[in-house]
Amino acid sequence: MSPEAPDDESNQSLWFVVAAPLCWAAHFLVSYATVAVWCERYAGRDGSLYQARVAVAAYTAAALGGIGLIALAAWRRYQHGGGTEAFDADTPLGRHRFIGSATLLLSALSAVATAYSALTVVFIRDCH
Amino acid sequence: MSQEPPDLEPLAEAPSDEVQRGQRERLLAAWKTPTGWRSWSAVNNTSIGRWYMMAAFCFFLFGGVLALLMRIQLAVPNNTFLSAERYNQVFTMHGTVMMFLFAIPMFEAFSIFVLPQMLGARDLPFPRLSAFGFWSYALGGTFFCASLLFNAAPRGGWFMYPPLTTRYQPGIGADFWLLGLSFIEVAAIAAAVELIVGVLKCRPPGMRLNLIPLYAWYLLVAAAMILFAFPPVIAGSLLMEVERAFDWPFFDTARGGDPLLWQHLFWLFGHPEVYVIFLPSVAIVAMIVPTVARRAIVGYSWIVLAAVGTGFLSFGLWVHHMFTTGLPGISLGLFSAASEAVAIPTGIQLFCFIATLAAGKVSRSVPMLFVFGGLASFVMGGLTGVMVALAPFDFQAHDTFFIVGHLHYVLIGGSIFPVVGGIYYFYPLFDGKLLSDKLGRATFWLMFTGFHVTFLPMHLTGLRGMPRRVFTFAPGLGFDRANLVSTVGAFILAAGVLVFVWDLLRSKKTQPTCARNPWNSGSLEWLQEMPDKPWGVRSIPEIDRRYPLWDQPNLMRDVDEGRFFLPDAEEGKRETLVTSVIDARPVQCLRVPGPSWIALYAAFFTGGAFITSTFHWWKAALASSVLALGAILYWLWTGTAIIPEKETKDVGLGVTLPLYVSGPASVGWWAMFITMLGDATAFVCLVFGYFYYWTIHQDFARAAAQGPGLLWPLLGGGALVASWALTLLARRANRRDRAALFYASMLSAVALAIAGSCALIAGPSRTGLDPTRHVYPAIVWMLVAWTVFHVGLGVVMQLYCVARRAAGRMTARHDIDAANVSLYWHFTALTAFVTVAVIAGFPRVA
Repeated sequence: MSPEAPDDESNQSLWFVVAAPLCWAAHFLVSYATVAVWCERYAGRDGSLYQARVAVAAYTAAALGGIGLIALAAWRRYQHGGGTEAFDADTPLGRHRFIGSATLLLSALSAVATAYSALTVVFIRDCH
Repeated sequence: MSQEPPDLEPLAEAPSDEVQRGQRERLLAAWKTPTGWRSWSAVNNTSIGRWYMMAAFCFFLFGGVLALLMRIQLAVPNNTFLSAERYNQVFTMHGTVMMFLFAIPMFEAFSIFVLPQMLGARDLPFPRLSAFGFWSYALGGTFFCASLLFNAAPRGGWFMYPPLTTRYQPGIGADFWLLGLSFIEVAAIAAAVELIVGVLKCRPPGMRLNLIPLYAWYLLVAAAMILFAFPPVIAGSLLMEVERAFDWPFFDTARGGDPLLWQHLFWLFGHPEVYVIFLPSVAIVAMIVPTVARRAIVGYSWIVLAAVGTGFLSFGLWVHHMFTTGLPGISLGLFSAASEAVAIPTGIQLFCFIATLAAGKVSRSVPMLFVFGGLASFVMGGLTGVMVALAPFDFQAHDTFFIVGHLHYVLIGGSIFPVVGGIYYFYPLFDGKLLSDKLGRATFWLMFTGFHVTFLPMHLTGLRGMPRRVFTFAPGLGFDRANLVSTVGAFILAAGVLVFVWDLLRSKKTQPTCARNPWNSGSLEWLQEMPDKPWGVRSIPEIDRRYPLWDQPNLMRDVDEGRFFLPDAEEGKRETLVTSVIDARPVQCLRVPGPSWIALYAAFFTGGAFITSTFHWWKAALASSVLALGAILYWLWTGTAIIPEKETKDVGLGVTLPLYVSGPASVGWWAMFITMLGDATAFVCLVFGYFYYWTIHQDFARAAAQGPGLLWPLLGGGALVASWALTLLARRANRRDRAALFYASMLSAVALAIAGSCALIAGPSRTGLDPTRHVYPAIVWMLVAWTVFHVGLGVVMQLYCVARRAAGRMTARHDIDAANVSLYWHFTALTAFVTVAVIAGFPRVA
């Protein structure tokens, strides 16, 4: 998916638009599965969450890193061609910049939502 | 870098009047809607869309009457209007009918009607699939509602929690729910497939991703959500029905099951469903707002962000319906966080609408009233939603009338008001007439007042401690007055609905046909002639702007005079254009099927299978299933992948397109891919069930030592993967026109598939796993049964390909069938692999 070739639609994909929310979804699911399995099978109802919290922190770093990379690529699209073509222009560049901007906004939302999820392990320290 | 071809301009000169007349006559003949009793065989999106909407509206009125019955019962303390038993049936039916038979089908119906017009397409790519979906829905819905008349309706609440519904409610009420609704959910998935392929592949040339109407973006998100949200409840219903019918203990704690698994699966569907209802309704708002503000929407990219973002986040909220089930605090925290996060995109789109209205010159109209009223009510529901998303508050409010108040603010504010506003707005497209402005205002004020008078006091009754779903209450608990007020409000709301019904039903014969584009909108659906023509759009335009009717000069004239694509039906066939996903470049001239009874028969027999299963008439169910399979095969054989009389067609403006494409370029391949994504989601839910039981059972390893062993599952899995490989080989052989190799490999694939299924069954069978004894053998058997069922369908498809080639209906060049069957087998092989890895592999590593 080179951002340098907006004219050719064969290297464009809708998957790019949903990549950042997919990172959020993966982070969310894996975090939930980790803490649920940890508490239910290993730590017990009053056990410590310590190991699971470390794991969630690691997932968060990975997810935010991924979202950051997607945001960077989206930013490049958004700025493509001087960043002046209107989003509703009937040109490949307009469409290209639009996909960049939508992806960029979704990256921001996904980063915030991921941070929200991660906040739980800051405040909650056991399986109670 | 390839060079962007210049936009195609319409013909500079209109064809002569005589040519135009000939074109119109041929188009009319090709798109003629059957008349008399044959009109029920119509499959055109406008016919199906109308029937679908009318049916959904009838179910809405039915659900509304049930609501009034409940409000009468609760008007005064110790009322005896309804018995407790009846009351249970009524609230269960009310919730279920409103969600499954009104809200979701209404948006599908509306979209089937309006989406092709919005995209300047002649029809959706699979008209008979729409018809099949509609008939399934109408049949299943009627059957389901009829249960109330025989005092046999489900009574476990619209979320049917076990063990109440599995152990304490004998009779067939719950079976009505499980089977009737599963059938309707299949129809919903059919509609989702249709709408996704419609938005992605049937846009008019030039309508790039940055130019598509916001409605289509919302629809794409909502349809994709159906695909991932409905399968969990289908999987859950399957587990519960098997428990009820065959005593496999999925939710029975005495034998290792767990009722909470149902809650997970149900709400994994149930919460996204709220947004599946809400997003298409906001989509209507997004179409009305620019028209009444007389300017382009503010923040198009932001609204796309909001639609897509809401779609995703809504899948991370399901446990907030389960805050009081005793899950660990950390799990509640995660879902609480996502529940708060979803307020962000929801708020963004509302601000975009407000900004558009503030920046434009708003014209006063009935649709606008509903938009304002809906948004205001929805914001109130959203705010109480933020409250109950906080676990500590929810602990207090859970299962009280506060929740009833909250959910009705969200659903009526977020969905009913926009939908009624949408009906006022889009009514000229249905009928060529406008609804009454005066009656519209009366409808709005009655509904708006009645709604708030009904549901605002419920927050108070709830906070005072009145539980939901209790058929009466004692006097003097502080509930009396608020309940009476709610009942009065409900009747005011109902009066508003009655005025609306009158406005719809009153004779409009003397009323003049309204002008084209009566609201002076900029979007493409208003190209429609008044009254409409069956062809949808006279010629398919090239689109350069987001609001083509405002910004593309002479568009209406050029379309009407046939200066764009496909102005004619030379061969007398129904045709529309297929375009590329990103930039909507024309890639195929798609021939879509015309009227047929076969979709109705297929729906009838499929429905028969579900309905007879409800009564446990297994032989009749089997017979009906075989007939349904026969009908579907006949439908596919005679109506799909038809080899055209020529390879290409000149579609106008110097563009020549193929009439037959296969593989990822074809719409059928996309439909198969999308359907299988939904199917795979249901399978993932069953696998989730397996791991869920592992999580809660410390002694899982001991149970797993009994079976199914390693040998038989591995043999089965190996044979099925080999069958998949041979299917792919057969496809390749067909492409190279090596007939002998094709037949040999496809028939070997069939043999291996059958052998593999037998081996898979042998695993649990030879190790003596009894599915009624404990949940472990039950879930192993369920995974095996799911896989074997899919392999069975795969075998039918393999044999179908053999027959098609033998009959000359599939050739080396024309290989849609082989391509789609290969795609199906990719998913089947993956299913077999995962099943074997889970049932045979996981016990060894756990």
